[in-house]
Amino acid sequence: MMILFYIAATVAVVSTVGVIVQSNIVHALIYLILSLLAVAVVFFSLGAPFVAVLEAIVYAGAIMVLFLFVIMMLNMGQHTLDQEKTWMAAKDWALPAGLAAILLAQLLYVLREYRVDIVPNEVGVLEVSALLFGPYVLAVELASILLLAGLVSAYHLAKK
Amino acid sequence: MTWEVGSYLNIGVILGLVIFIAAMLIWVERRLLGLWQERLGPNRVGWFGLLQVAADMIKIFTKEDWIPPFADRMSFVLAPAIIMVVILTSFAVIPFAPGVGVVDSNIGILFVLAMASLGAYSVMLGGLSSDNKYALLGALRAAAQMVSYEVFMGISLLGVVALSGSFNLREIVIAQSDGWYIFPQFIGFVIFLIAGIAESHRLPFDIPEAEQEICSGYHTEYSGMKFGMFFVGEYLGLVLIASLLTVLFFGGWLGPAFLPPIFWFAIKAFGFIAFFILLRAAIPRPRYDQLMTYGWLFLLPLSLLNLLVTGAIILVTQ
Repeated sequence: MMILFYIAATVAVVSTVGVIVQSNIVHALIYLILSLLAVAVVFFSLGAPFVAVLEAIVYAGAIMVLFLFVIMMLNMGQHTLDQEKTWMAAKDWALPAGLAAILLAQLLYVLREYRVDIVPNEVGVLEVSALLFGPYVLAVELASILLLAGLVSAYHLAKK
Repeated sequence: MTWEVGSYLNIGVILGLVIFIAAMLIWVERRLLGLWQERLGPNRVGWFGLLQVAADMIKIFTKEDWIPPFADRMSFVLAPAIIMVVILTSFAVIPFAPGVGVVDSNIGILFVLAMASLGAYSVMLGGLSSDNKYALLGALRAAAQMVSYEVFMGISLLGVVALSGSFNLREIVIAQSDGWYIFPQFIGFVIFLIAGIAESHRLPFDIPEAEQEICSGYHTEYSGMKFGMFFVGEYLGLVLIASLLTVLFFGGWLGPAFLPPIFWFAIKAFGFIAFFILLRAAIPRPRYDQLMTYGWLFLLPLSLLNLLVTGAIILVTQ
């Protein structure tokens, strides 16, 4: 399970970098979907299969489809691609990336001492639902009210 | 032969058989359509035309595999692969008979739903990367149709999950030993059937590829084996929906003992496949907006109501 975790985590990091450096928006989106699926595998390897599947259904399967839907409507042509390429000039990102690398090195240096062995303790669907409808029922209801507000306002805007 | 669930032999045979059956369905569909429309269908190649599929395959493999110069290469090549991969992966959680299946997962149904939602990318990327107006129209229709019908597909299954108390497809089949879920969950069954046809965009819901209006929609620019993968992928989706209907509502492999369980599964699944083909011969295609209105204003409230009533009955009887 640990090997699975590290492989999936590497895929997630690499594909997230891919999202940022890609100038073609559709390719960037494919990398983002891949990154979300890799995160789903990370959840699975940490013993949360339910969250893993929800990540795949909700993020990779529904929200990203809507992103792609919007991209289709916008019809990005060659000129946006060229524009993106000029924005990715090395002199703009080299210094911030170098500074971030220093911070990453420091973080890794500190974490070197700190070891936690992950013991995958599988949390099933029943446990998650019991928590959602038990101690966290107020949060669930608040989230549903927020969604309802979004739904009503979207309906109102669409009617105009 | 007794098979252990998840053995390599098991996985290999299931994978091979599923692809073989999906390919043979091309012939089965044309023959059955011929039967219902009072003509013969393909009957020249081999015994009753059985080798028609082999002839088609030779033709499709030797055709020029052309990528349009204006297309986005990466997404164009990726799109047909996605549909094959996600549908074949979905078969992993289907329990075909006792001891026959790839994996018994506690998240079986959710896994199938996740794979179905990823399947939408195949059609969308295929249409978008082709850079062709008909392909784009088809992809737009497909995106809206698949995202919408996924919702009802998921909700219609929750009644079955509530009754059996499990997301594991094998446990759902075993829970049906006392009675198939088609009777208590008839509304759920009908909604799942409709949503399943819409998900696999078969006729009468083949709006994304409607030949008469938008050429052939998202796969207009595809040729050779890439088109073949979309084509076989559609039949694989058909087999998957038929298998799911069998498992969830018709007791899977359960049946009188004079036939082995796997045969009961095959008979039920083939019954559904024949029904889907008959639908194609019988019902015309609805308009795009009719499909959407029907889904959101009729199927969604009905599936929610079905879930509510099922939950209430379970609460009262327990």
